[in-house]
Amino acid sequence: MSALTINTALLRQILVGFVRDEVTKVGLHKGVLGLSGGIDSALVAYIAAEALGPENVYAYTMPYRTSNPESEAHAKLVADQLGINYQVLEITPMVDAYFDVVPHADNMRRGNKMARERMTVLYDHSAEVGGLVLGTSNKTELLLGYGTLHGDMASALNPIGDIYKSQVWELSEAMGVPREVIDKKPSADLWAGQTDEQDLGFTYRDADELLYRMVDQRMSREELIAFGFAAEFIDKVQKKVQGSHFKRRLPIIAKVSNRTIDRDFRYARDWGK
Amino acid sequence: MDFTVALAQIKPKLGCLVDNMALVEAAIDKGIASGADLVMFPELALTGYFLKDLVPEVALRLDAPQIERLKVLSRQISIAIGFVEVTADYRFFNSALYLEAGEILHVHRKVYLPTYGLFDEQRYLARGDRFRAFDTRFGRVGMLICEDMWHLSSSYILAMDNATTLLCLSSSPARGISGREELGSAAAWQKLTSTTAMFLNCRVAYCNRVGYEDGINFWGGSEVIAPSGDVTHRAKLLEEDLLIAKVDEGALRRERIFSPMIRDENMGLTLNELKRIDRENNR
Repeated sequence: MSALTINTALLRQILVGFVRDEVTKVGLHKGVLGLSGGIDSALVAYIAAEALGPENVYAYTMPYRTSNPESEAHAKLVADQLGINYQVLEITPMVDAYFDVVPHADNMRRGNKMARERMTVLYDHSAEVGGLVLGTSNKTELLLGYGTLHGDMASALNPIGDIYKSQVWELSEAMGVPREVIDKKPSADLWAGQTDEQDLGFTYRDADELLYRMVDQRMSREELIAFGFAAEFIDKVQKKVQGSHFKRRLPIIAKVSNRTIDRDFRYARDWGK
Repeated sequence: MDFTVALAQIKPKLGCLVDNMALVEAAIDKGIASGADLVMFPELALTGYFLKDLVPEVALRLDAPQIERLKVLSRQISIAIGFVEVTADYRFFNSALYLEAGEILHVHRKVYLPTYGLFDEQRYLARGDRFRAFDTRFGRVGMLICEDMWHLSSSYILAMDNATTLLCLSSSPARGISGREELGSAAAWQKLTSTTAMFLNCRVAYCNRVGYEDGINFWGGSEVIAPSGDVTHRAKLLEEDLLIAKVDEGALRRERIFSPMIRDENMGLTLNELKRIDRENNR
């Protein structure tokens, strides 16, 4: 049994309760999310539908003209199976309008622009329907920094941010996410044939086994090597975690007063809730 | 005497005294209606847990109207409840009150304020400086607040002070999801409460809260443990509940006859050895 194996019934109860509690305590009852056709957003849709009722979940697929058509088909499959509100909103006109003005952007800038365009669409629709934007970044990609700051990383609350990709797979099986969505290779779908694991240079399974021991169990480098991880792999992952830490924090504020936001003005977000 | 305890596994709202007071009064009413003699609440039941800078804003003096109200209610049912206490010299304590027959019988101020991992209590709160048992209509009782119980000496002192019932008021966050049936934090607590009861031939009532604060949830699972270490009653996990438990005086008597460890405990020896260790450490 992998150290990452989880009691899916218990995890499901906690995550469903989280979405229900954190949405309703701010006086709302709806959730909004981007449904990419991938497993992370599919799982969040399943959690949200169980927490809020399918009629209160609003999912949007936001393809760009280079997106794989299979992604949209998978998103629709999830939406149909759950009976949640579903809409396809193409972002090609907005993104292309921008790159007409700024034509020399590379793939990374284009990908980030698309992710941020989708974010603005989601936040606009959250205002339209009166719901909170649900995050779909898992712990593996958050730790590796494999996401766009203020893009797909932006949300009001994230039910899966403390579970690794391997655990996303396991919980998705338990919650009935369609087989096609579980089995396909994870992809940011920025260009045809792209896969996360090619981009990263290692598999999520391997990264999860390492991250769990490095982050959760706080094993030292020596202990990780003794456990059987290659030193180069450890260093590569460690560098990604450290190098992307800025993405996981709020902007830092220059302190000049006696009571600076976050530093010594400290309240829970659920203050009064 | 035999008595009935109601463990109010509530979901307080963070920093909302008025709403939480209403929750507490509703649970007290239900406790009375179900014939309970004692109603017990979680740690910081009147305020919620991750208070941070809210601590001074929700703190109550012992003569606050809310406490006066609880005193009145305690004429009908004994009450154990957690709140933030402010003293005349403006120290803020994570405190538990025991009220009975219209009076405050005891105030326990949490001694062990966890400040590690997800906890940050000692940044905001002052540390209590004693563990004392006290007499109630159910015999001698000792109160502990959450982390207090993770220090063996706390329960030991209360047992040496002749407590036969330990009340532990808790706000324990759920964490440690794994392939096991139980949550890590729940499994650890269940071992602790059962072992404490068994070691000290005491009954233990453990009241934990539920609900989420900034994504952190509290797992509930409040329970009553007989002096044998056997769990006699357990509330739901992760959901609000009011656990009504009959506590059998005979079970205490029988356990103390069957395995009289507390009778045989050599407190003098323990004291001498602790004094020696203290001397040696200060040399």
